[in-house]
Amino acid sequence: MSKELEPLADPGLPEHVHRKADIDPIAAKRAERQVAVLFSLSAFGTLLFIYSFFFIKDDVFIFLPIMGNTNAHQLGIGMGMALSLLFIGFGAVHWAKTLMPDQEINEYRHELKSEPEDRSEFVKTAKEGAEQAGLGRRPLIKRSLAAAVGLAGLPAVILLRDLGPLPGNSLNETNWKTGTKLVTDPGDRPIKASDLEVGGVAQVMPALLAGQKRTLEDIAKDAVLLIRLRPSEFQLDAERLSWTHEGIIAFSKICSHMGCAVALYEQTTKHLLCPCHQSTFDVTRAAKVIFGPSARPLPQLAITVDADGYLIAKQPFTEAVGPSFWERKS
Amino acid sequence: MTARERVAGTVANYVDERTGAAAWMKKNLQKVFPDHWSFMLGEIALYSFVILLLSGTFLTFWFDPSMRHVVYEGSYQPLKDVEMSAAYASALHISFDVRGGLLMRQIHHWAALIFMAAIVVHLLRVFFTGAFRKPREFNWILGIALLTLGIVEGFLGYSLPDDLLSGTGVRIAHAIIQSIPVVGTYLSFFAFGGAFPGEVFIPRIYIVHVLLLPGIFLALITVHLMLVWYQKHTQYPGPGRTEKNVVGYPFMPVYMAKAGGFFFIVFGVTAFLGAVASINPIWLYGPYTPGQISAGSQPDWYMGWLDGLVRMAPPLETYIFGYTISWNILLPGLIIPGIIFTGMALYPFIESWLSGDKREHHLLDRPRNVPNRTALGVMSLTFMVIAMINGGNDLIATHFDLSINQIMWFSRIGIIVLPPLAFVITKRICLSLQRADRELVLHGKETGRLVMLPHGEFVEIHEELSAEKKFALTQHEQPKAIALVKEDAGGVLNPKGIRARLQARFSAANAENIAKPTASEVKELEGGHH
Repeated sequence: MSKELEPLADPGLPEHVHRKADIDPIAAKRAERQVAVLFSLSAFGTLLFIYSFFFIKDDVFIFLPIMGNTNAHQLGIGMGMALSLLFIGFGAVHWAKTLMPDQEINEYRHELKSEPEDRSEFVKTAKEGAEQAGLGRRPLIKRSLAAAVGLAGLPAVILLRDLGPLPGNSLNETNWKTGTKLVTDPGDRPIKASDLEVGGVAQVMPALLAGQKRTLEDIAKDAVLLIRLRPSEFQLDAERLSWTHEGIIAFSKICSHMGCAVALYEQTTKHLLCPCHQSTFDVTRAAKVIFGPSARPLPQLAITVDADGYLIAKQPFTEAVGPSFWERKS
Repeated sequence: MTARERVAGTVANYVDERTGAAAWMKKNLQKVFPDHWSFMLGEIALYSFVILLLSGTFLTFWFDPSMRHVVYEGSYQPLKDVEMSAAYASALHISFDVRGGLLMRQIHHWAALIFMAAIVVHLLRVFFTGAFRKPREFNWILGIALLTLGIVEGFLGYSLPDDLLSGTGVRIAHAIIQSIPVVGTYLSFFAFGGAFPGEVFIPRIYIVHVLLLPGIFLALITVHLMLVWYQKHTQYPGPGRTEKNVVGYPFMPVYMAKAGGFFFIVFGVTAFLGAVASINPIWLYGPYTPGQISAGSQPDWYMGWLDGLVRMAPPLETYIFGYTISWNILLPGLIIPGIIFTGMALYPFIESWLSGDKREHHLLDRPRNVPNRTALGVMSLTFMVIAMINGGNDLIATHFDLSINQIMWFSRIGIIVLPPLAFVITKRICLSLQRADRELVLHGKETGRLVMLPHGEFVEIHEELSAEKKFALTQHEQPKAIALVKEDAGGVLNPKGIRARLQARFSAANAENIAKPTASEVKELEGGHH
């Protein structure tokens, strides 16, 4: 609607107002000195850096307000570097703002598209080129070329095959076997039910065979949390209850959401919380998810004791531990 | 002619006889760039990138990208004799035993945070002022590509030290890869060379972080800048500024000094932060082990929204034919970010498709004059901010003594309810600002001076705006609704069908503006009273 109505006229660029330094040689001289002072301050920063680097020991601490105890060496080289850079910048910008021309210049734009002749000429050339190559007339060449180029991409992909082994069944397996002893982590000591008080938590790992070393890949699957409650506090079905021992229940410590370590146990509510995304599991109900993004309980490890009273795994995990994956059965 | 001029002349002659560069240089040294503080945002991103290259190169002299097990023997006593990866040990070595190493590590990390912040704010500036419109759509897409790569590069970078915090981040990235239907398990085994964490991940991401991605960055940034140079910079509207000109200062000497100086200022500020503000104190976290975690695990800020989305995702998994689809990971980790980034990349094309506007635009929009775009931008921002708040829900909970569950539910509901609300409110605000502009042009600005008229009435004196100001407030074009043509006079259906209907709907919405004052209205008021 506004288009038919006459808009306000463009009054054009406002008249240029000279700066003080443009007309007053004294002001210009002053600006020049200011710039020189700024550049000199930069040199001072560089000196501070050199002094701090070579002559301040890196175990000297000084007290500064707000920052508290600060490493003097680190602060000296950092501030020296900062000052030496900043004042070059300040000087250059001040120079540009006070002494370089500040009259705005008007430059004309041209539409980006080429002239019509050029465009038609280009289209003609491209067409002629294609014509001469004969792609249009020789479909056999076109198709076999397309197929060959497409296939030639395959080696690039196939070459990446040995980046890693195939997963196989490995995601479904852990080092927990029937009868594997639970050992403390850290410490690798076998553990008895009486070692854990009611309300207590312990991280355990499967006992190592002689000569075996525990890798991070093992920990990423085997880490288990032991939690001891009063047996009356459990709300479990008969099977799951039989997986506990004297109030001790064992869960995979690897979150069923994205694999973080589920490390926060709240004694009063008996909830396990994963600090990564706050999935919350109820220990009394077999780690049922009561809050957060995880869709599955933490896998429970069936435990019992051996003849000497040491805690052992009654059987391997009955499901894959850790985050979900496509082939996971559930 | 002085001796110096003679030397300069000889050099220039030598170069020109071999390259013919003089004509190009003559024109381009005098190239005009418009001046505005918001045009410095992209510069900050560029300079941060240079700082990243410099400080990063320094770090590579000592960093050992290996997951080989070593026993720490450096000067940081609390970790003495602790078993860890060579990567973590060398990161500690840089922090404690290389003079200036900690400073450069902190400068590198701060520069990365500033780099991403500058990219995001630069993107917002370009979006809200409509600088992405024809002919700058390619540059917008390059910008989105740089943003995306920046997020990846930043994540890989802070994963390198292999401390407990960064390892946890890698664990989460691993779970996202593994959740991809059909191929996820295989991809994760290929990426990590077997089961998580494996021993190859750090060296692999190292080469991506220091060579592959920086190379791509350099190429994209070069094209991005060349396009800015070639297409000439956009400018804010005002007297004497049109679609056909650029008003500003010449590159040489003004911008050489200003932009060159600004590089040193950005570097200086980053060095200052590196000197006084500790960031990512990896020695506090300890080496990574999958069985441990530090509470309050937080990613860098530009990943916060992603973490927040993952945290608030509903606990959904589907089991079908013996296979598992983890919606709780796929949805927030891949699908929603995919939609967001694809939508952003396509936005210039969507807007021009809906408005039917195929003209070149070099004058920027004032956001209030394009209420729907501005509202859409604020709506998207609201979405991201809520996601980000939820990404810090544990810290917010502990600092403000709130319950994590309440914050989570606030975010889950808020992320659906608040963005549309933000749209409506923003649009109203834009229209109100348009109304205020109209008032200003027609009745001038309030002076606060009250005058009593002879008959006792009090009036406030309004001061008329200058002609320049009036023009600046009214120069924009107000779009008109496109009438829907269902069929032409002969009864032939409009071949554009759906597009015609959409265009009619959207152009009607875009035409909802407060009519700007016209010349005759202004004249009428000038002749009469205020």
